[in-house]
Amino acid sequence: MVHWTAEEKQLIASLWSKVNVEECGAEALARLLIVYPWTQRFFASFGNLSSPTAIIGNPKVRAHGKKVLTSFGEAVKNLDNIKATYAKLSELHCEKLHVDPENFRLLGDILIIVLASHFARDFTPACQFAWQKLVSVVAHALARKYH
Amino acid sequence: MVLTTSDKNNVKTVFAKVGGSAEQLGAETLDRDVMFTAYPQTKTYFPHFDVHHGSAQIKAHGKKVVAALIEACNHIDDIAGALSKLSDLHAQKLRVDPVNFKFLGHCFLVVVAIHHPTVLTPEVHASLDKFLCAVGNVLTAKYR
Repeated sequence: MVHWTAEEKQLIASLWSKVNVEECGAEALARLLIVYPWTQRFFASFGNLSSPTAIIGNPKVRAHGKKVLTSFGEAVKNLDNIKATYAKLSELHCEKLHVDPENFRLLGDILIIVLASHFARDFTPACQFAWQKLVSVVAHALARKYH
Repeated sequence: MVLTTSDKNNVKTVFAKVGGSAEQLGAETLDRDVMFTAYPQTKTYFPHFDVHHGSAQIKAHGKKVVAALIEACNHIDDIAGALSKLSDLHAQKLRVDPVNFKFLGHCFLVVVAIHHPTVLTPEVHASLDKFLCAVGNVLTAKYR
């Protein structure tokens, strides 16, 4: 089980309370698809992904980004039980979606950069440390049921 | 992964905008990387350093690192040539495990995002990420 210090929990919750899930989610997913274009392989049905402008403006990208980050919020609410929280999603990503878990790590790092650009100096090194830990735990939980 | 003309221009834009604060960004990158230990394993390469937050040694080393990035940017058409001596040093003496260059690159992106969010558009982010990968590849190119 992951051990969270009281400070880490506070840093995570406090930042999360200020996150615009729709905007950050959309931006994180768009950046994933732009910075690591091979990730577009999972989104053939999303329509126009032909340029950064197209990706950023794509409504399906925005909607899916919001969905993904909303789900991330479940981890924030259940820090002491992330494994169980993502058990079903893990199975889904393995059996139905066939997503290489490396992509969870890539998205986690992109999310950190998006948070850094939004929160600037409030995204202190201690804050980054807590969030790096969180994205790592989430990625691990999502990969856990792979077989 | 090859840097396109567009990538090279984007990278030059970043370092032009960052300008005089580059040294401070370098110091902060290492601070986040090494000390607040987003990646504690990076501290294993600095047993001889004071690794506390704000350490003068870490700041000085951060300056060196960013100077190398600037050098690579200034010779972006031949990063391998520009960093050849540094590549030798990392292969023969320092032998920093290749994974750590990814961590450092990530922390540099975080620091740029914090201080210059408007510069780090998605396209520039992509180019800078590619550049940092290219630098890491050059520095580990002679490892074996």
